[in-house]
Amino acid sequence: MNDSTETLQQAPDIKQKETDNPDKTDFRQDYISFRNYNFFYGPTQVLFDVNLDIPERQVTALIGPSGCGKSTLLRNINRMNDLVDGIRHEGELLIDGTSAYDPTVEVISLRKRIGMVFQKSNPFAKSIYENVVYGLRVAGRKKKSSLDEAVETSLRRAALWDEVKDRLGESAFGLSGGQMQRLCIARAIANNPEIILMDEPCSALDPVATGKIEDLIHDLKKEYTIVIVTHNMQQAARVSDQTAFFYLGKLIEYDETEKIFMNPAQKQTEDYVRGRFG
Amino acid sequence: MENNASNKTRKSLAPKGEVWVWFTSLGLVLGLAMVLFLFGLILLRGFNFFWPVPVVQLELKEDSEAVFRGNTSFAGVIASTQERSLQEIAVEEEILLEEEEEVEADGILGQALQTISEYRVFVGSRDRYGQSFRYFRHNDILERSFPEDIIRAERRVEGDAFFFPQRIQFQDGSEVTREDANFEDELDRVVKEGRARRSQINRIDRREIGPINLEIRELTMDLRFLNRIERTEGDLSEAQEAQRERLTERIAQLNEQFELLRDKADELRETNQSIRVFYEYADGTSGQIAIGDLFRFYYPNRLGFFQRIQVAGIQFWEFVSGYPREANMSGGIFPAIFGTFVMTLIMSIAVTPFGVITAIYLREYAVQGPLVRAVRIAINNLAGVPSIVFGVFGLGFFVYIMGGTIDSLFFSQAQELGTPTFGTGGILWAGLTLALLNLPVVIVATEESISAVPRGVREGSLACGASKWQTIQRLVIPASLPGILTGMILAMARGAGEVAPLMLVGVVALAPNLPVDGTFPFVHLERKFMHLGFHIYDVGFQSPDSEAAIPTVFATTLILIALIVVLNLSAILLRNHIRKKHKGSAF
Ligand SMILES: Nc1ncnc2c1ncn2[C@@H]1O[C@H](COP(=O)(O)OP(=O)(O)OP(=O)(O)O)[C@@H](O)[C@H]1O
Ligand SMILES: [Mg+2]
Repeated sequence: MNDSTETLQQAPDIKQKETDNPDKTDFRQDYISFRNYNFFYGPTQVLFDVNLDIPERQVTALIGPSGCGKSTLLRNINRMNDLVDGIRHEGELLIDGTSAYDPTVEVISLRKRIGMVFQKSNPFAKSIYENVVYGLRVAGRKKKSSLDEAVETSLRRAALWDEVKDRLGESAFGLSGGQMQRLCIARAIANNPEIILMDEPCSALDPVATGKIEDLIHDLKKEYTIVIVTHNMQQAARVSDQTAFFYLGKLIEYDETEKIFMNPAQKQTEDYVRGRFG
Repeated sequence: MENNASNKTRKSLAPKGEVWVWFTSLGLVLGLAMVLFLFGLILLRGFNFFWPVPVVQLELKEDSEAVFRGNTSFAGVIASTQERSLQEIAVEEEILLEEEEEVEADGILGQALQTISEYRVFVGSRDRYGQSFRYFRHNDILERSFPEDIIRAERRVEGDAFFFPQRIQFQDGSEVTREDANFEDELDRVVKEGRARRSQINRIDRREIGPINLEIRELTMDLRFLNRIERTEGDLSEAQEAQRERLTERIAQLNEQFELLRDKADELRETNQSIRVFYEYADGTSGQIAIGDLFRFYYPNRLGFFQRIQVAGIQFWEFVSGYPREANMSGGIFPAIFGTFVMTLIMSIAVTPFGVITAIYLREYAVQGPLVRAVRIAINNLAGVPSIVFGVFGLGFFVYIMGGTIDSLFFSQAQELGTPTFGTGGILWAGLTLALLNLPVVIVATEESISAVPRGVREGSLACGASKWQTIQRLVIPASLPGILTGMILAMARGAGEVAPLMLVGVVALAPNLPVDGTFPFVHLERKFMHLGFHIYDVGFQSPDSEAAIPTVFATTLILIALIVVLNLSAILLRNHIRKKHKGSAF
């Protein structure tokens, strides 16, 4: 384990990173770090002693059978589970070296650094424009020109700009399912976060829309650390750099994606990725 | 073939449980039929009130019981035809028979099983006949006719009358008689002019004298207060002395203005009294009426269909825009419409924010547990408390405690002199009482719509870094607006029709002033007010001639229902507009 002050000094500043365009190895390997992490919904334990280091600016896929705790893990990262009554955790969760549950960390500023895309796209009952700038507005940004700029860059990054640039004022509910999901991605990146969490973002989409979002993930990882939950093995193989396999709340195996799919160390992992599970 | 098929379906009804479809739909049909019947009745009878019907002149046999002071001719509007057995009549007239020493009692009782049919006729002229309706037996009637020249006159007092105008006498004593060619035009003209003068008098009374009177009253109160101080303390300070002087001066000045205006009004009144119309009843008896007492008239037997519509329209307008006369027996119901409207508005303004805030707290912030559950049960039970209980509470809490406190803080002079301002029933307290009554409705509707906001929307908002309050404010409340409006609609429908609690907290049969008018500060929330529901009660059940009041009751009911429909419709349109904006948020 690293000394935390040291890692903090090592941690490069985001702006610096963008300009330097350095080698991957320059980034933190434990950008998000679960250490001996246990999690309980009331009396039931859902995560068991998880140790997981998620590297910066890479795509990490979480796979595993239904109910194994992937969403729970993901929702711990931006403390979305705080909403649930009777939750409890043990162990440590560090994000860029600071504990997410540190009393000095404000949950709102934490969430501003972490964008999230849900399984079911959840645009707000507002215009496309207002959907994208929602995070900026609640953060108190008012200047029209800066909002306009944020809308354009986020929608461009989410590969949606060309499709909606003439109807920004229209309701977001007029978009197709795939467009809505990309709008949600645009909304997540408009805040300029460091991390993007995706919980089965393509499960409700057709192959074409899925392909678009996968391309998008590819592009986004240049600037963001991405954690994605997926049930689709091919998707995990296509988009991710690292893959973590969970089973019954335990982290069974975690390695380079290629290794997990070609040459897994555990029998359970092999069975699962070969579709021989159950 | 067809028969066969239907047989099959009938057989399969029972096993499929479709018998219950019929059963339940029967319930629906029954309910609908009752509602439609009620609405149909109110619509029909309500509109009848405005519709000008022909006037019939009846010629009776000399020996008929209905003959009035030896006169056998009557003019009026047939209200209904009814069958009565002689026994019924005997029972009704028993007292009368005893007085006449049972002359023919045996004979009448002998015919007891026989029934007779008779007309119930609205003959008007309460001043002449004592009541507005008279009964004429069919076999007493010799002749029926529909005279062209008869007019139906709406009079200031004693209701409508039917008569033949004979001549007009002007101020200078000159006359125009019915033989003159311009008689009808002249009659038209003088009545119109009389009306113009009357509205001028009204304007002077309400708009010009009203505020002066109010000021005089207030100043007099201050003066009395000073006098009392002098009496109790024996002496006044110099400042008080000066104030008294100023007050006296101002009052004198106002009195002068008042007298000037009063003289002007009196002059107009004088003119209206000195022009008179002489007329004859159907039986030839003559009478006269001052132009100031003759509001409006028409020739009921001359009207074509479109003219009838026109007259009905005028009468409708007079009814909804006019002020009541003769203890609400005639005239319009505008103050009641206005009072109902303003009170409902006050109620909505009070109940909506309060209910919404409560619902948000209960649903979003309160820790769900036995306490919150108990609060919810209490709220639901509150909706079942009889409304009169709310009236009593409103009287005790709003009027006596809150009103009393306001009075002792801001209007202590008036209170000491025994004329409370807020410490007595008023439109504000009535609105708040009804708001309390409807609070559960709004809370429940709002809570329901808040909990219908999808979890994904909240999580999406929080994930963007919004705080809980920002989420509620920017997403939850807008999304539950339609539900909130539904609660408001229910509350308005219930509130506008509620009468019992209002009787304790400020409704009156006749209010001298509207709660909103042209005198400063324009909105007078402490004033007593009139209400359509209470008006129905007052006219229908408290008036001396309740039979004549029935049509008015129906017309008022029609207006009350129309008002509720209009209020609800506008709220529903607003809701649909909002829904359209949020369309699609459901999937
Ligand atoms: N709010 C909650 N309260 C109680 N138990 C919960 C709650 N949410 C999830 N669980 C339980 O926690 C376990 C893990 O759930 P989780 O949603 O993390 O699974 P998952 O791996 O995301 O499954 P899936 O692939 O089906 O989405 C499940 O057994 C689930 O029943
Ligand atoms: Mg899940």
